[in-house]
Amino acid sequence: MSFSQLYSEKVLEHVRNPQNMGEIKKPDGVATVGNPVCGDIMRLYIKIEKKDGKEYIKDARFQTLGCGAAISTSSIITTMVKGKPLNEAEKITKTAIMEALGGLPPTKTHCSILAADALKKAIANYRQSHKK
Amino acid sequence: MQPYFSLHYGNPSEPHQWGQQARAAIDEAREKVAQFLGAKPQEIIFTSGATEAINLAHKGLIENIKYPHIITSSIEHKAVLETCKHLEKLGMAEVTYLPVDKDGLVKVEDVEKSIKPETVLVSLMYVNNEVGTIQPIAEIGKLIQKINVSRLTSHLLRIFFHTDATQAIQYLDCQVAKLGVDLLSLSGHKFYAPKGVGVLYFKKGTPIVRQQDGGGQEYRLRAGTENVPYIVALGKAIEQISNFQFPISNKIKKLRDRLIDGVLKIPKVKLVGDSKKNSPHIASFLVEGVEGEAMMLLLSDRGVAASSGSACTSGLLEPSHVLLAMGYQPQQAHGSLRFSLGKENTQEEIDEVVQVLPGIIRQLRRMAPKL
Repeated sequence: MSFSQLYSEKVLEHVRNPQNMGEIKKPDGVATVGNPVCGDIMRLYIKIEKKDGKEYIKDARFQTLGCGAAISTSSIITTMVKGKPLNEAEKITKTAIMEALGGLPPTKTHCSILAADALKKAIANYRQSHKK
Repeated sequence: MQPYFSLHYGNPSEPHQWGQQARAAIDEAREKVAQFLGAKPQEIIFTSGATEAINLAHKGLIENIKYPHIITSSIEHKAVLETCKHLEKLGMAEVTYLPVDKDGLVKVEDVEKSIKPETVLVSLMYVNNEVGTIQPIAEIGKLIQKINVSRLTSHLLRIFFHTDATQAIQYLDCQVAKLGVDLLSLSGHKFYAPKGVGVLYFKKGTPIVRQQDGGGQEYRLRAGTENVPYIVALGKAIEQISNFQFPISNKIKKLRDRLIDGVLKIPKVKLVGDSKKNSPHIASFLVEGVEGEAMMLLLSDRGVAASSGSACTSGLLEPSHVLLAMGYQPQQAHGSLRFSLGKENTQEEIDEVVQVLPGIIRQLRRMAPKL
């Protein structure tokens, strides 16, 4: 299989040089999502910062066990949310992730759902644990 | 092969000299295939590949039989499995899919136990394409021959035995009499002939009905103008193997064992199947905590072509049916990595794989979440 036929240049770039890979020690929000379809597992950590009463994603990191598409969607979503206000970040859709990657093959679109899902759940986890 | 594209372009069905030149070339190729299999030229049909040969063998055999029973295994190539499922769906046959053990072997006694009065076909692959397991074809062939003798006296239809020998041609004895098979299919591209040409061997008297209707080509069993250049190439390629099968087999086995020894030094990597009993050209591994396609991708960057039975690499997003049938869990199949060797591979290439793979696995394991 030629991977440059299967994946866009952007996807391959993220697989070869994943951004923000690893763990955040004391995250404000974290979520682990698994894909029952193919067995991929993605964990997303976020660190929140408050500026002028507004919440921002200060840092985002990922850990992923999965294919090229899973790695690239995890990697790119961290770059998409870092520095963004929380209420904007949570509006990121699977389509936006796919577009940012220059598209995904049809059999791999579920990987973009996985990344969008991980983000939503990590934000929910933050809200849940910071609700007072 | 080359001259048969543009120089000797006659249609073998035409009586003129150009046609007859092509006819003679096909006859010669047929003779070579027959010789390789220990068969008669009249028992060889050229097809577009093993898939077509398999479809013809299965569908063609049962066409005139009312609700026959077929026995096959759960680790067959999709060409057999999907053909059987199709026949089941149409209500044209009942099919038993035999289980395999952890090395991918079918038990001979399971074959024997599954035979019913309605059984007309046993279809088992000679060598598995994902793991390299060699099925005891000759032993099962003997069993079926023995059972057929007793079926004669009880006026039951005899059982026909098909083997998909696609993966075996280069490395194993494929003499049909020794194997005891009535039908054998193969693909040219597994032994350096082009893609798009294959063979069905059918023992004289095997009652197959043609599935592709039209002209009278291939003993009226496969209509359509013959693919002369590819058939010529297949004949040439199979002749080459007859001369070099054993040295090539030994060379590849040595390389394969070197690869296995090297790869198994990586922690939490498991070999699939029993390499000593397997065909020499496949090494299949399960790597814990890493997904197969990701390994393939990074290996490909280093110039290494590998495959995987992980769900992510399959268009249907299903883990390899072979690994599952061998008792592995879907999450184990997720880390499947497979190497296929050929006669042109070198020791340097093997050493390179053994050198780059540990780093790739480390890199991907570092990326994975601790569970």
